[in-house]
Amino acid sequence: MQAEAVFFWIFSAVLVASALAVISARNPVHSVLFLILAFVSAAGLFLLMGAEFLGMILVVVYVGAVAVLFLFVVLLLDVDFAELKQGFVRYLPIGALIALFVAGELGYVAFGWNVSPEPAAAASPVGGLSNTAALGRVLYTHYFYFFQAAGMILLTAMVGAIVLTLRHKPGVKRQNVAAQVARTPASSVELRKVASRAGL
Amino acid sequence: MVIGLTHYLTLAAILFTIGVAGIILNHKNIIVILMSVELILLAVNINLVAFSTQSGDLTGQVFALLILTVAAAEAAIGLAVLVAYYRNRGSIAVDDINALKG
Repeated sequence: MQAEAVFFWIFSAVLVASALAVISARNPVHSVLFLILAFVSAAGLFLLMGAEFLGMILVVVYVGAVAVLFLFVVLLLDVDFAELKQGFVRYLPIGALIALFVAGELGYVAFGWNVSPEPAAAASPVGGLSNTAALGRVLYTHYFYFFQAAGMILLTAMVGAIVLTLRHKPGVKRQNVAAQVARTPASSVELRKVASRAGL
Repeated sequence: MVIGLTHYLTLAAILFTIGVAGIILNHKNIIVILMSVELILLAVNINLVAFSTQSGDLTGQVFALLILTVAAAEAAIGLAVLVAYYRNRGSIAVDDINALKG
């Protein structure tokens, strides 16, 4: 239990520090790298909470896909980011005010919550199953429609991202299926009467 | 010291607040705004998993998985829109995105 507390404090300190660095870094590339650090420490917290599958998914999906996508886009766009940083100091008071307001509300809820003293009835070993197996058992049965909906969302996102960014260049040869199907023997085969020993 | 639900809730609240502050402070840089949205969703996920662990119910983790899916889709679409916009306008300044203003 003592080790769990130590790891909780380490991971949460790294998480909060890197989240602060994400929003205050001067260079967006550094922001993305701190975002990756934040995701990794959040994955550590998920492991501490016994949600192993979500922790690993966080590393795979967020660090491996989302953060790298951010990195690609930041490096792809040739933008003067120093110009975009203007107004940071000017908006600091109102930002801090709204942040205090939100923190006050959330803290009111979090500390007003009446937590039962015995902690963590351990979500993972449901009937001796590991967390991943238990999650799969409910996900593929009870929440199957939600699972399908998540798949549809991902498909839509994939199609949308491709449609938004695909550019048709002129001069590229492409397969035209309709033209291929519409070919008839009359338009594509020519029969000639060839005289014997004469050739064409 | 036993780490309980309140610790995780407080951590998620801090993370959520940092995300909200990031949106306001970096209101000109849409890439950092998208990253702040990711931080907010991460805070929500921490809350859901903490409650799931506390109550021994896997529903919270299923919900967190769905939020993860939506967050990935949102990042992909948002960045694709950003790239398309940059191609057309040559900048990503949020202040310039007012073509639909009457």
